[in-house]
Amino acid sequence: MNVLEFTFLVWTGSLLAGFLGALTGLGGGVVLVPLLTLVFKVDFRYAIGASLVSVIATSSGSAAAYVKEGFSNIRIGMFLEIATTLGALLGAYLTAKVPASALAVILGVVLIYSAFVARRTRPRTETPDPPDPLATKLKMNGTFPDTSGVRSYNVYRVPAGLGVMFGAGAISGLLGIGSGALKVVAMDQAMKIPFKVSTTTSNFMIGVTAAASAGIYLSRGYIDPGLAMPVMIGVLIGSLMGTRVLVKTQTKLLRLVFSGVIVLLGLQMVVKGLQGGF
Amino acid sequence: MRTRQVDEEKLENLIANLLRLGVVLSACVVMSGAVMYLGFHPWRRVNYRTFQGEPDELKTAHGVVQYAFSGNANGIMQLGLLLLIATPIARVISSAVAFALEGDKMYLLFTLLVLAVLLYSLFGSFLIV
Repeated sequence: MNVLEFTFLVWTGSLLAGFLGALTGLGGGVVLVPLLTLVFKVDFRYAIGASLVSVIATSSGSAAAYVKEGFSNIRIGMFLEIATTLGALLGAYLTAKVPASALAVILGVVLIYSAFVARRTRPRTETPDPPDPLATKLKMNGTFPDTSGVRSYNVYRVPAGLGVMFGAGAISGLLGIGSGALKVVAMDQAMKIPFKVSTTTSNFMIGVTAAASAGIYLSRGYIDPGLAMPVMIGVLIGSLMGTRVLVKTQTKLLRLVFSGVIVLLGLQMVVKGLQGGF
Repeated sequence: MRTRQVDEEKLENLIANLLRLGVVLSACVVMSGAVMYLGFHPWRRVNYRTFQGEPDELKTAHGVVQYAFSGNANGIMQLGLLLLIATPIARVISSAVAFALEGDKMYLLFTLLVLAVLLYSLFGSFLIV
């Protein structure tokens, strides 16, 4: 393929990934690495470099909107970023030591997992527990706009949340993805932060986490401008379009279909990885 | 309490605008590099099947800036990507300033820790590569 054809096809694929990712709330970043490696036969390291860059673009772009609406909690985000950035450094360091085929298997498992985790929600407890002393000391309890005005919430199990966040950061640095699904698990399931606050704060954190491994990727030569350019521009435009359409459409079926696509791509990564095909 | 809420709102607006500006700016730089890249050698074959790594001038912040200002299309695109990577860093710096102004020492410390990790990755990571 020549430069023009390759750029156009990668751009179109990334646009679609970004669009569907934003529309379904599953994130477009997860499908980029399989798309680039399986369809466009790009080397795994170039693929994760381009994917990581586009993750920063979508995170910063969409976080801007959510911060303004008052959903994301900047204190929670900043505190947990200590764990995610350190994890990301470790992940980015390890990615050069682990064979690409093993990384592909891990990515496949993460893909399948994230397709399922997005469908599960924590059962709401009617009577709120007393505030957690550590979370109170860290000034994490907050409020967010709700249909019935302003709702307040308490945060729990901070150490557990930190632990999962470190893991999420490591996965992000290892595979060049945002690992938003894992971040939401840490906040929603472990720390009992309301789902809407968890997802938006996670989105807010993804950019900072990715920036922590991006420097290392850059110095290793994983970030190729000719490849990252169409990926970043495509995903950015696609996700902006996706968020615009989001409010108007019924996304349940689309979400199911896209989850199916993610699971299939995940399985393919696992199978090809086990065969040593990377 | 009331002033604190106003401050937080201002901080949140500042951060939102900063993030948006960073993304728009970097996308513009990447696009202008892309026009040159696509215009100069549209028919060149691409090969990303095997990993060769990038040339040295595209691997450090300093090198990318120099390469871009010499008018190289790859350098300009990479500079745009570098600006994108710098956006979250600018966001963390602005949070640090805001926490300092608010007198929140605990969160200032947390923010500086995050900033240290980010700066280490961008400027010092060659130490472990």
